[in-house]
Amino acid sequence: MSKQHARITASVYTSHVPAIGAALDLGKSDTDYWAPLFKGYEPSKQWMRDNRPDVIFLVYNDHATAFSLEMIPTFAIGCAAQFQPADEGWGARPVPPVTGHPELAAHIAQSVIQQDFDLTIVNKMDVDHGLTVPLSLMCGQPQAWPCPVVPFAVNVVQYPVPSGRRCFELGRAIRRAIESYDEPLNVHIWGTGGMSHQLQGPRAGLINREFDNAFLDRLIADPAGQAAVPHIDYVREAGSEGIELVMWLIARGAMADVAGGPAPRVVHRFYHVPASNTAVGHLILEEQ
Amino acid sequence: MSLNKPYTDVPGTTVFDADQSRKGYHLNQFCMSLMKEQNRERFRADERAYIDEWPMTEEQKQAVLARDLNRCILLGGNIYFLAKLGATDGRSFQYMAASMTGMSQEDYAAMMLAGGRSIEGNRKIGERKP
Repeated sequence: MSKQHARITASVYTSHVPAIGAALDLGKSDTDYWAPLFKGYEPSKQWMRDNRPDVIFLVYNDHATAFSLEMIPTFAIGCAAQFQPADEGWGARPVPPVTGHPELAAHIAQSVIQQDFDLTIVNKMDVDHGLTVPLSLMCGQPQAWPCPVVPFAVNVVQYPVPSGRRCFELGRAIRRAIESYDEPLNVHIWGTGGMSHQLQGPRAGLINREFDNAFLDRLIADPAGQAAVPHIDYVREAGSEGIELVMWLIARGAMADVAGGPAPRVVHRFYHVPASNTAVGHLILEEQ
Repeated sequence: MSLNKPYTDVPGTTVFDADQSRKGYHLNQFCMSLMKEQNRERFRADERAYIDEWPMTEEQKQAVLARDLNRCILLGGNIYFLAKLGATDGRSFQYMAASMTGMSQEDYAAMMLAGGRSIEGNRKIGERKP
């Protein structure tokens, strides 16, 4: 694509545990418990300052916040000009509102729907920790987020949830959409959620370090292979909430190598246990 | 044809599928209502009166009043909805998770710090523990 078009320059992957947001908001990031986790994101914050995007396309899941059981869109794209941090029951997080990019979002919706993915267009929704915790981890605690964000919510709460393969193919379609947008925007695509965790039932607290690290290896080197892994493997091996990892495949599918280009460069990789109930994984891939 | 459920042999786990969701519709929508401060206040003031506004089964109501999250999940609740109930009580996700495992919160937190619950012996019902 020419320089007149938008391009994806990097993908970022991170867990989005609510307790991480609470730790930051309550000033606990320096404690023995949390310091090792935030240390793992120091290089990422510096990288964000050095590689500030024009827009972030942020894939996350809504945790029964904007979407109750009244309506459950499988893939929902936020097309509004602004999104407020949600009150999830503890009161809203004290973080800036999220500025959208309605023009780019509308373009992506049109392009991706015409590539046969049935997106739900959302013009009003609050965003929960799934979206704001990754922003906090990557940007710290600014007065305003560094750039507009297109929120992209995936249903991983009520089954059936989309397969890894479909998420990966959707990422490819999103890449084509972004690259056909007539403005030379630098776009990051972020995939969030995971890694292994289970928040419910007698098996709560499950962590599978081997599965998580094999997932990271394969996401980097063989994403199409990872995309073929069925849901049941995530549920069994990574816990019932580990299914969130399929969202990482959307961001990975949007990288150049999947479309026949060069492989991305691994800028940063980090893994930490625990954050509350969850294993935290993080990866930054830059296009070459 | 009924739903294909390859996940029923995962121990200690209830997958929130369409059958569970149908069973738990009103329970989960009640939880959802607790995202508004004025509803949290009304619920705290008189729990029984507030839940009686919702067409839940008596069994579901008792599970809510007892804060028996395993029971709530069995009866169609989903953890992300039930988290609003926990939040109304000022509880963290970790407190809620611990309450479902039969461990004290201290023991659960210590298990997480030590690397979490092992996958070994926890993949399939009936699997031998190492």
